[in-house]
Amino acid sequence: MAYQLKMRIWRGDKDGGALGDYDVEVSEGEVVLDAIHRVQATQAGDLAVRWNCKAGKCGSCSAEVNGKPRLMCMCRLSDFEPEETITVTPMRTFPVIRDLVTDVSFNYEKAKEVPAFAPPERDADGKRRMMQVDVERGQEFRKCIECFLCQNTCHVVRDHEDNKKAFSGPRFFLRFAELDMHPLDTLDRRNLAQTEGGIGMCNITKCCTEVCPEHIKITDNAIIPMKERVADRKFDPVVWLGSIVGIFNRDSEERDEV
Amino acid sequence: MAQTFGTTSGMNERHPMTGNVMSSSQATGIETHTYDVVVIGAGGAGLRAAIAAHDAGARTAIVCKSLLGKAHTVMAEGGIAASMGNVYPEDNWEVHFRDTMRGGKMLNNWRMAQLHAQEAPERVMELEDWGALFDRTDDGLISQRDFGGHKYARLAHVGDRTGLEMIRTLQQRAVALGIDVFMECTVTELLKDGNRISGALGYWRETGRFVCFDSPSVILATGGIGKSFKVTSNSWEYTGDGHALALRAGASLINMEFVQFHPTGMVWPPSVKGLLVTESVRGDGGVLKNSEGKRFMFDYIPEFFKAETADSIEEADRWYDDKKNNRRPPELLPRDEVARAINSEIKAGRGTPHGGIYLDIASRRTPEFIRKRLPSMYHQFKELADVDITTEPMEIGPTCHYVMGGVEVDADTQESAVTGLYAVGECSGGMHGSNRLGGNSLGDLLVFGKRAGEAATAYVKALRDSGSDVVVNQEDVKAAQVSAVAPFEVEGGENPYTIQQDLQQSMNDLVGIIRTADELEESLVAIEAFKKRAETMVVEGHRQYNPGWHLALDLRNMLIVSESIAKAALARRESRGGHTRDDFPGPDPAWGTKNLVVTLNPEGTGIELHEKPLPEMPDELKKYFETPPPVEPVVPLAEPVETKES
Repeated sequence: MAYQLKMRIWRGDKDGGALGDYDVEVSEGEVVLDAIHRVQATQAGDLAVRWNCKAGKCGSCSAEVNGKPRLMCMCRLSDFEPEETITVTPMRTFPVIRDLVTDVSFNYEKAKEVPAFAPPERDADGKRRMMQVDVERGQEFRKCIECFLCQNTCHVVRDHEDNKKAFSGPRFFLRFAELDMHPLDTLDRRNLAQTEGGIGMCNITKCCTEVCPEHIKITDNAIIPMKERVADRKFDPVVWLGSIVGIFNRDSEERDEV
Repeated sequence: MAQTFGTTSGMNERHPMTGNVMSSSQATGIETHTYDVVVIGAGGAGLRAAIAAHDAGARTAIVCKSLLGKAHTVMAEGGIAASMGNVYPEDNWEVHFRDTMRGGKMLNNWRMAQLHAQEAPERVMELEDWGALFDRTDDGLISQRDFGGHKYARLAHVGDRTGLEMIRTLQQRAVALGIDVFMECTVTELLKDGNRISGALGYWRETGRFVCFDSPSVILATGGIGKSFKVTSNSWEYTGDGHALALRAGASLINMEFVQFHPTGMVWPPSVKGLLVTESVRGDGGVLKNSEGKRFMFDYIPEFFKAETADSIEEADRWYDDKKNNRRPPELLPRDEVARAINSEIKAGRGTPHGGIYLDIASRRTPEFIRKRLPSMYHQFKELADVDITTEPMEIGPTCHYVMGGVEVDADTQESAVTGLYAVGECSGGMHGSNRLGGNSLGDLLVFGKRAGEAATAYVKALRDSGSDVVVNQEDVKAAQVSAVAPFEVEGGENPYTIQQDLQQSMNDLVGIIRTADELEESLVAIEAFKKRAETMVVEGHRQYNPGWHLALDLRNMLIVSESIAKAALARRESRGGHTRDDFPGPDPAWGTKNLVVTLNPEGTGIELHEKPLPEMPDELKKYFETPPPVEPVVPLAEPVETKES
C-alpha cells in the first residue's frame, strides 16, 4: 500500500524562507506527521518540527496543512488523494523560529494575565463538594490541549499584529469562562475579560470552534456566555443602579472583582 | 542586554517563552543562571517538586525539553490512585499499601509504598484546591474508578484524560506562583563539586546556545526510557535522560530489568502502533477476547491472585454492580499478568488480523456510557483508526509503557547517592517494585515530587546556613560543551536516526516482554556495536533548532539505559512482575530479597551490576501480607510476538 507522496514543506527562519519539494514514501494508515518524520530521518535531518505525543493529546504539532490549521498527528493521509501534493507551513500568526516551529510565547504571556482559581475553605471534613452537572461546563473547556490553533486562526490577531497587546484570544476566553463557571471560585474576572482580555473584539465568526481538534464549542459555550456575563455586569441598568446605591449586589454573587 | 542572575524579576528581560537572554557577556562566556533548586522536567513530578521548593522558599527553576504543558503526564488517562474512600468508605492507606506491594510482587521499597499510600489522598485534594475539576460522585465528592490490582474503586479521574487535567492544574499553579520556566532547553550534563551537585549544563533547543545553571541542588524528573523500544506508548522525550545523567554523575539505578508492557496498546494502523488504550476500558466493563470470541483471561489466573479473582463469567459480570459479594474479573489483574496472557494468545495463533487481540466494550455498554466515560478513546479510535468503539471491538496488543527501574533514592527525601541530586517520578526507582499498578504513577509524581522539593530546599538552606557553598568547575563546563558539539565535527559518519531505529528494533526483539539468556546476550553485543557506531555519528546543518543534533545527544542516554536494562535482565534469573524469563519461568524466593543496582564503570564506557538486599519491612507492616509470596509460574509463557515484525 506504500506510495510516493509529494510534499512541499516550508523551510526557513525569521529572516525568510521558501517551500521545499520532497518526495517521500508513505503507507496506509499514516498521518502527515509520519511523512514529516520520514523526510527528517531520510532527507533532511535538520528539519525542525515540534511534536510530542503523536496522539492528539499534547497539542504540540500544530501547523497549516494545505492552508488549514491542523494537528499534523491527527491529519490522515487517507483524507487526501495519493497524487495530491500536501503543503505544510508553520502557523502564520506566530513568528517563525525555524521551519515548522513557531514562537508561541504570545500564549504563555497571555496565560499569566488570567488570575488563578481562588477557592473558599474546604468543608469541615476536609473535602469539597460540587455536583457533576456543575463541573461539566468547566470540564469541556479543560479538554483544551493548548495547541493554539484557535489563537492562530482568530483573525483578530492573525491579520492584525497590533491587536495582540490587548486581546488574549479564544484559548484564554475559555479560561475566563471556565473560572467564571467554576462552582467554587471566589473571584470576578468579568471586567478583566473585557479590559485586559479584549473579549469585546471577538465578533463570533466561530473560526476558533471550527479548528479546535478537541471539538470544544469555544464560541457557543464559552465566548458568547462570557460576553453576556460581561455585558450584564456592565450594561444592565438595574445592576448598574444597584451597584451605585450599594443596596443591590446580587450580580457579584459575593465574588471579589479583580 | 543586562545579564540576570536567576531572580524572578529578571524574567522580563529574557525571551518570554524560552527564558533565553541571548547573551554571552558572562565572564565565563556562556549564559548563567543562579538558583537554589533546579528541576529538570516539567511533567507531574517536576512541576509538583518545583511548586514545593518554591513554597518552601527556594529560588526555583524548571528546565524542560518541550513547551510547558506538553510533558508525557498529559498522556496519562485512567486516574490517580488515592484511598480517599469516597466510593468505598472501607478503603484506606493500608489496603492501598497492600495492593501496591502485591502488585509489585513484594519487591517494592516498602517505605515508599507506605508514604505513597498515606499521602496520595491529600495530594489529590490539593489539585482540587488549585482548580482541577474531577468527576464527581452523587454526593458531590471526587469520584473514584476501578483499576487493575486495586481492591477498591480508588482512582480519582476526569473521564479518560486525567493526566491532562493534572498537568494543566500544576502548570497553572506554577505560573501563578511565578516560577521560572526554561522551555525547550535540554540538560546534557550535571556539574559537581566533589561529591556534591553544583549545577547543570544545558542548551537551548531554539538557538543551540549553551546555558549554565549554578545550583547546589538538582531534581531529576525526566520520566522514562520507552523510546529505546520500537513499540511504545511513550513520546520522543522518553530517552532516559535522568537515568543517564544520574549514572554519569555517580548515582546508581535500581530495578532496571523491570519494564512495564501495558497490555493494551493500539496495533493498527502502523503509525499509531503502541499508542495507549486506557485500562479504564476494562475498569468500565470492557473484556478481552481472542479470535475465537473466547474471554480467555479466565485461563490465565495465577495462583497468587486466585483467591480474589472471579473464576466464572457470571461472577465476573456480577462484580461490576455488586463488589461485596463477587470477585474481580480477571481482565483487571495487574498489567504484567494481562500483558503476558495477551502475548500467549497471539503467539498461539488466536490473534486478530492485525496481530492483536480484541478489547470489546461495544457489546457490553451503551454508546452513551462509552462516549461519556471514555471520550478520548472514542475520539482516538474514530480519528486514527476509523473504528467506532461503541459498535466494534478494538484491536490491541502489549506496548512498552513504563520503567519501574530508576535512580536509587532515599525513600523519605528522594535524594540519590550524590549529595544535592534528587530524582522523582518515573526516573526514580523502588516505589513500584517489579510491576506498577495503574493509577499509582500519578500519585507517585505528586507525593514524591512534593517530598523532593521540600528536601532539596532544606538541604540548600542548611548548606547556606553552614556558610559553605558549592562552586561550578569551569573546566567541566568546557568539557561538557565540547562533548555536546562533537557530532558536528565528525565527517562521513552515520546519521543518528538510523542508529536509533536499529536500537529500538533490537530492544524490542531481544529485551522485550519475554526474555531469554541467549537473546539478552545477543542484545548486549548489539548495544556495544551501537555504541561504536554512535561514536562517529554525524549531524548535518547548524545548531539552531536541529532535531538531528538533539537526537544525537539523547541517543547517548538511550544507549546507556538500554545497556542497564539488558544487563540487569540477564542477571535476574527468575520471572517476576515486568521481567519475564522464558528460561526461568517462575519467581525465585532468593531473588525476591534483592535488588540489582547499576552504576557507571570507572572508565565511563559502560555499566556495572551489583546485588543489594531489599530493605526489610518492619513487623507492623508485615501483618498485611498473611499469604506467602508467589511460588508457582504465573502464566503459560511463549515467545515474544511484538518483536518479530518486519
